[in-house]
Amino acid sequence: MNENPFTGALAWLADPMRWSGPAGIPARTVEHLGYTALGVLVAALIAVPIGLYVGHTGRFKGLAVGAAGVARALPTLGLVTLFALLVGIGLTAPLLSFVILAIPSLLAGAYSAVESADPATVDAARAQGMTEMQILTRVAIPLGMPLLVGGVRGATVQVVATAMLAAYVGAGGLGRYIFQGLGSQDYPEMIAGSLLVIALALVLDLALLLLQRVTAPRGTAVP
Amino acid sequence: MSWVLDNLDVIAGYTGAHLLQALPPIALAFVLSLPLAKLANSRGWLRTGVTTTSGLMYAIPSLPLFVLLPGLIGTGVRSPLNIIIALTLYALALMVPTASDGFRSVSRDVLGSATAQGFAPAARFWEVELPLAGPVLLGGVRVVAVSTISLVTVGGVLGVPSLGMLFVDGVRRGIVAEIGAGIVATAALALLTDALLVLLGRALMPWHHRRREERP
Amino acid sequence: MIGFENVRKEYPGGTLAVEDFTLEIASHEAVALVGTSGSGKTTLMRMINRMVDPTSGRVTIDGEDVAGMNPVALRRSIGYVMQASGLLPHRTVLDNITTVPVLRGTSKTAARERARELMHIVGLDPALATRYPAQLSGGQQQRVGVARGLAADPNILLMDEPFGAVDPIVRDELQGELQRLQRELRKTIVFVTHDIDEAFRIGDRVVILRPGGRIAQVGTPQEILAAPADDFVASFVGADRGARTLHIERIEGRDVIVDADGRAAGVLSAAPARGGADEDRADGTSASTAGQEPPR
Repeated sequence: MNENPFTGALAWLADPMRWSGPAGIPARTVEHLGYTALGVLVAALIAVPIGLYVGHTGRFKGLAVGAAGVARALPTLGLVTLFALLVGIGLTAPLLSFVILAIPSLLAGAYSAVESADPATVDAARAQGMTEMQILTRVAIPLGMPLLVGGVRGATVQVVATAMLAAYVGAGGLGRYIFQGLGSQDYPEMIAGSLLVIALALVLDLALLLLQRVTAPRGTAVP
Repeated sequence: MSWVLDNLDVIAGYTGAHLLQALPPIALAFVLSLPLAKLANSRGWLRTGVTTTSGLMYAIPSLPLFVLLPGLIGTGVRSPLNIIIALTLYALALMVPTASDGFRSVSRDVLGSATAQGFAPAARFWEVELPLAGPVLLGGVRVVAVSTISLVTVGGVLGVPSLGMLFVDGVRRGIVAEIGAGIVATAALALLTDALLVLLGRALMPWHHRRREERP
Repeated sequence: MIGFENVRKEYPGGTLAVEDFTLEIASHEAVALVGTSGSGKTTLMRMINRMVDPTSGRVTIDGEDVAGMNPVALRRSIGYVMQASGLLPHRTVLDNITTVPVLRGTSKTAARERARELMHIVGLDPALATRYPAQLSGGQQQRVGVARGLAADPNILLMDEPFGAVDPIVRDELQGELQRLQRELRKTIVFVTHDIDEAFRIGDRVVILRPGGRIAQVGTPQEILAAPADDFVASFVGADRGARTLHIERIEGRDVIVDADGRAAGVLSAAPARGGADEDRADGTSASTAGQEPPR
C-alpha cells in the first residue's frame, strides 16, 4: 500500500484479462444479477400475496409487522454463514438467506401499498358495488404501486448486499474480488471489487427508482 | 449449547466491542439529523437533493464502503473507525429524511399559535416543534438502531472485532453453535435496544397514545 | 319503497349506534335524515345497501329483505354519493362515472356515451371528461359524484352529506341543482345531513334524529316548523331562538319580514299567494338563513 490504492484499483479494472472468461467481470456481474433476480422473485412469490392479504383485511397485521421487524434484526452475514454450514456448498444455502432477508421489505411494501389507499376511496368503491377482489386489483394496488415497487427496491438492495457476502462462503458474484483481495492482501483488488458492487447496486437502484416513478398512477398528483 | 457456555467471556467481549461500534453512529445520526433536516426543509431543492442522495446512499452495500474508507481517510483496514464512520453515513441517510418528514408533520397552525403566544424561536423549537416531531423521530431512530446493530457484524469479515467474528470464526471452524450464538446475540441486542427506545419514547412523550379508530 | 322494521345496530365493543328504528320511505320520495354526529343517520342509510348489516330488525326494498340479497349486486343497483365525493383518484372523470355500468357489464362505448349525457345533466363542462379528480374544484367533484351515483340509472339514490365539504355558495347551487334533478328524475332519495336548512330544502319529508337513531319527529318541513314535537326539535330547527318566528313590519310602504331579533330577512312580494309548495318552503327556509348560522 505504498502507492495510491485507487490507482492500483483502476489499473486492475483496466486490465483486459479481467473482462473475459468465467471469472471475468461480465460473468461475475451476470452471476450477481442472477442471484438477485432469483432471490427477489422467490421472496416476492411468498411475501407479496401475504402482504396484500394483510394490508387489505387488516388481519394478522401485528404478526406481519412483528415478523418483519425480527427479520430485519437478523444479521445478514450470520444467515449466510449459518446456511453455508448447514446446507453446504451450492445455490440453496445463499438463496435461503436471500429470500429470508428480502421478505421484510416486500411484505412491508405490499401491505403498506394496500393500506395506504384512502379509506374513503375504498369505502366508496365498495359502496358502488365492487367486490373485494376488484377493490384490491382496481383501486388499492394501482394506487399503491409506487409503494409496492419501493418494497421490491428495498429487497433488491438487500439481496445485492447479501449476494456479495455469500461470496465469503464460496458463492460467485462480484463479492469474489473483495474476498480474493482480502485473502491475498491485495487492497487494490478489494477496492476494484467494491467499486463494481457499488456500481451494480446504484444502477439497479436507479432503475427501480425510475420504475417507481413510471408506475405512479396518473391523477394522484396535481400537475 | 456447550460452546456457548464455554465461551461466554468471548461473547461478552465481542458484545462490548459491538456496542462501541453501534452506539456512536446511532447517537451521532440522531443529533446531526436535527439541524440537517431543518436546513433541508428550509429549501425545496435541498430537500429533494437530500432525499435522493439518502436513497442512493442506502443502496450501497456496507462492505464496499468499509473497504473504501481506509483508502480515503488513511485508517487501517481493520480499524473500527471505518465501521463507525460508514454506519454513521448510513444512519444519516435514514435519519435525515425521516427527521425532515417529522418536522414537516408538525401542524403549521400549532407552530403559528405558539409564535402568537410569544414563544421565542429557540423555545418554540425545543418546547413545541421537537416534541411534536418526536414520534416520527423515534420511529426513525428505532429503524436506525436495529439496522446499525445488524450491520456492525459485516466488519467481521475484515477482522474488525464484533459479534460478527462469531460468524467468521464459526464458519472457519465449522461450529454451528457459534454462528447460532452470534445470530441470537445480534438480534437480541437489536431488539433489546429497540424495546429500550420504545420505553424511552413513552417516558418522554406520555401524550402520544395511538388513538382508537373511529367507527361510523 | 324502503322499509326499516325495528332496526338495531350495536358495534363490537358495545357502541349502540341505532336502538330501535322503524320508518317507511315511499318510492320517488326524498327523505332527509338529519341529526348531530352520533345520531346514527349514516349507519341507517348504509344499511340500505348493506354497507352495514343491522344487529336485529329488517331493512326491506319493495318488501324484500336486503339481508337475502347479494351485497355486491345490491350496491350496484343503488346510487351512492358521499362527502368528499370518494372518487377514484387515478381515474378520469369519465372513467369514474362509468365505473358501475362497466362493472355491470355495459359496453365501454355505451357507458361513456351515457356518462357524457350525465355530465350534461349535472351541469359539468364536457371538457372536464378527461380530467382527474384532483384537477377539479370541490363543487365539480361533487357533481361528478352525483353523476356517478346516477350512472346505472338506479331507483334509489343514497346521499351521505354530499355537499358537506363545499363552500356555502357552491353548496346552495348544488342543492338547487339537486332539487331540479329530483323534479325531473323522481328517484327515491335518502339524504343524510347535519344541516337542518339543507334537510328542509331537499327532503319531501324530514326525519329528525336524536342520539342512538331515535326519531324525534318525522314530517314535512312545514309540519315540523308549524308544530315542533318537543323542545329538542324546536331547538334543532331554531324555533326556540326566534330564528323561525318571522313577523311583518311596514317600512317605507313595503312589507318587510323581520325575525325575532329585529333583523330584516326579506321583503314580502306584492302577490304573496302565487307560488306552490316548493316556493313556500324555499321562502320560509331562506328567510331563516339571512342573518343566522344554521344550527349545527
